[in-house]
Amino acid sequence: MKLVRLLPIALLVLIVAALVWRLANPPDTAIQSRMIGKPVPRFTAEPALPGKPGLSSADLADGKVKLVNFFASWCVPCIAEAPVLAEIEGRGIPIVGIAVRDRPEDLAAFLAGHGDPFERIGADPQSRLQLAFGSAGVPETFVVDGKGIIRMEHVGPIEPDEIDDIAQAVEAAR
Amino acid sequence: MIAEAGLAALWLAAALAVLQLVLAFGPAAIRTGRSAVRSVAVAQGALTLFAMVMLMWAFAHTDLSVLLVAENSHSAKPWLYKLAGAWGNHEGSMLLWVTVLGVAGAVLAIFSRRMDERTFTAALGAQGALALGFFAFLLFASNPFARLDPPALEGRGLNPLLQDPGLVFHPPTLYFGYVGLSVAFSLAVGALIRGRVDSDLAKAMRPWVLGAWILLTLGITAGSYWAYYELGWGGWWFWDPVENASLMPWLAATALLHSVNVLAARDSLRAWTVMLAMVAFSMSMVGTFLVRSGILTSVHAFAVDPQRGTFLLALLALYVGAAFALFALRSGKLAEGPRFELVSREAALVGNNLLLTVILGIVFVGTLYPLFVEAVTGDKLSVGAPYFNAVAGPLALILALLVAVGPLLNWRRDSGERLKRLAIPALIAATVFVIALVAIPGGSLLAKFGLAVAALLAVASFLPLANRKLRRTPLSTWGMVVAHFGAAVAIAGMAGSSLLTKEVLTAARPGDQVSVGPWTVEFESVTPAAGANWTALEAELHASKGGGVSVLRPQARFYTDPPTETTEAAIETALSGQLYTVLGKPAADGRWQLRLWWKPLVTLIWLGGALIALGGALALGGRAWRSWRKERAT
Repeated sequence: MKLVRLLPIALLVLIVAALVWRLANPPDTAIQSRMIGKPVPRFTAEPALPGKPGLSSADLADGKVKLVNFFASWCVPCIAEAPVLAEIEGRGIPIVGIAVRDRPEDLAAFLAGHGDPFERIGADPQSRLQLAFGSAGVPETFVVDGKGIIRMEHVGPIEPDEIDDIAQAVEAAR
Repeated sequence: MIAEAGLAALWLAAALAVLQLVLAFGPAAIRTGRSAVRSVAVAQGALTLFAMVMLMWAFAHTDLSVLLVAENSHSAKPWLYKLAGAWGNHEGSMLLWVTVLGVAGAVLAIFSRRMDERTFTAALGAQGALALGFFAFLLFASNPFARLDPPALEGRGLNPLLQDPGLVFHPPTLYFGYVGLSVAFSLAVGALIRGRVDSDLAKAMRPWVLGAWILLTLGITAGSYWAYYELGWGGWWFWDPVENASLMPWLAATALLHSVNVLAARDSLRAWTVMLAMVAFSMSMVGTFLVRSGILTSVHAFAVDPQRGTFLLALLALYVGAAFALFALRSGKLAEGPRFELVSREAALVGNNLLLTVILGIVFVGTLYPLFVEAVTGDKLSVGAPYFNAVAGPLALILALLVAVGPLLNWRRDSGERLKRLAIPALIAATVFVIALVAIPGGSLLAKFGLAVAALLAVASFLPLANRKLRRTPLSTWGMVVAHFGAAVAIAGMAGSSLLTKEVLTAARPGDQVSVGPWTVEFESVTPAAGANWTALEAELHASKGGGVSVLRPQARFYTDPPTETTEAAIETALSGQLYTVLGKPAADGRWQLRLWWKPLVTLIWLGGALIALGGALALGGRAWRSWRKERAT
């Protein structure tokens, strides 16, 4: 057998090795949010549910580190995120919510079905608040320190294995 | 029920793929000849097709209890995009992939009657093995029929960039092309197992290569045009990894298309053709892997999933590794084909193959080089257009010159007498080159050479018809002429638009006038506009270059589900080129960003692509017609 006939296999091995390496070391494509280090925009959001307080920027500068969670009853990943938020709340981290383009009756059903970890929920019927926070979708979660400064932005649902990252960010913001 | 029916069909099809494998390669006692394998292959194809139809049904009716539908569709979408949503996502597109694989196997089983029995059985076995791996991938790692409990109230929508007629046809076209090459792969494997590579094999392989190549050509051309008008950058090729992933199988298929002709006509290039057939489909799998694993940074933002990537990579390594090992073991036993001289049709086609292979290598290395470098040194870098243009461009032009020469040569041996006919095209090319040098100061030399080579090839591509009775010339020869002429047209478009494009980026108030190239563009107004699932700001531009006034309405669109902004360029096509306009962001003082391009000759790029595909279709049609008549005569 001529060695040249083995050349294709040798090339294949080389290429597959490089691809395996890449799969094992995924590229870092994280983009730092430009909102980090900036104060939250000034806002006052009406209560999203009767009987539950609304949210304003003053509430976010009350000296305590909080999570601000943009969510909606119509958002499927928010359902997946609900138990994770419950666990975070269980660790003693306060969470406030902003309900994006939602209706009170849908929201009440959502919270009854999937749990309510929120201290306050502000309504954002036109997504204005969401855009002002530099957020593009639901769910998104911001870590806001006691002075109302954004310290971390998490895009998409928080996965169970990311709870520790969030807790660390909260700890660092204290 | 619909989703369960689809899933059940997939499992059954996977079981049949196992059976197909056993019938083809199992112990001699089970191998019952071609009829059993054939029936199994047909049934397997029918079942996968059924599964695909079930998924399309779920999308057409927006069945939100199916997870995939809930995540990728929306009840307010136009029906065409609902249907196209079935393959506008990972799981659905992999199901489409497998469907094409299964149906291709079935068609091979039905139509290849005159082939050597052992080669045929082994090829169907190989096709079954390919299908089996991808069935496993679907069923274990990408189930498109997974249910969502409780069902979603509304779907999450489809990326608005993809809500375009382009998406409806572009991915399926490319997939048919990609996966059509699987048959060439399986036939090559079958021939190696049988130990016989001859012109019969080439004739069985040729329609598949030709068909797949036509679809790849169309898919790439359409994709390029889609990127051009939808992304609003005014460019038509970005050397993006995903574009390269479709270009690489095309390059391999183009080479294979020519070498398979040599094998069919002269029985030469045996080992080479078999190798190319394997490489072509391997490139399809590499392309699928690159796209589906998301490991290369690309404008095509596909979901990154290392697990799926690992699965696909394992399949790729298994299939390509097995095929190459088979090649290493068996290709030495293939007898050499008849010899040919340095000046002959064969030699020109070998030159064509070498150049195409080198270009393929250049694209491949350029696409994966950042990854190799980072693996070895840890440095991050990217390879962009300057590398590809500078390295692949000149080779492509040399190849185009060879395209002018090759068809004028005889098989086996040639005195080169007919090459004298190239004198006139060469003179035209020289004239074009001088004019380009004088008339266009600056600009790349490569593009000026490109114009000259395009002129030469445009004329020379018709020379094979000289001194022939045109009505008795076979359709496949016409196909070659049209495809080669199409290549000249496309090269002229690429070179011409890159030399002559004029661009203006300006901020203008309604009422202002902007001029670009020969056009005067009047900015009339900006008004709101709305569609089924979007709202937009729409500018009204009145453009003229002497004659009548054309109205262009570029839009900045805002889609609600999911919330995304896109630009819709407005394009005015004239005989000599395109005026391309994009509406940008408003400034605080009431002015609007306007981007205007005048792109002379740019339409020739896609016209050329369409001509190349048309040439392929003529050749395919001509050969099919001939063999049908032959069959009827006997």
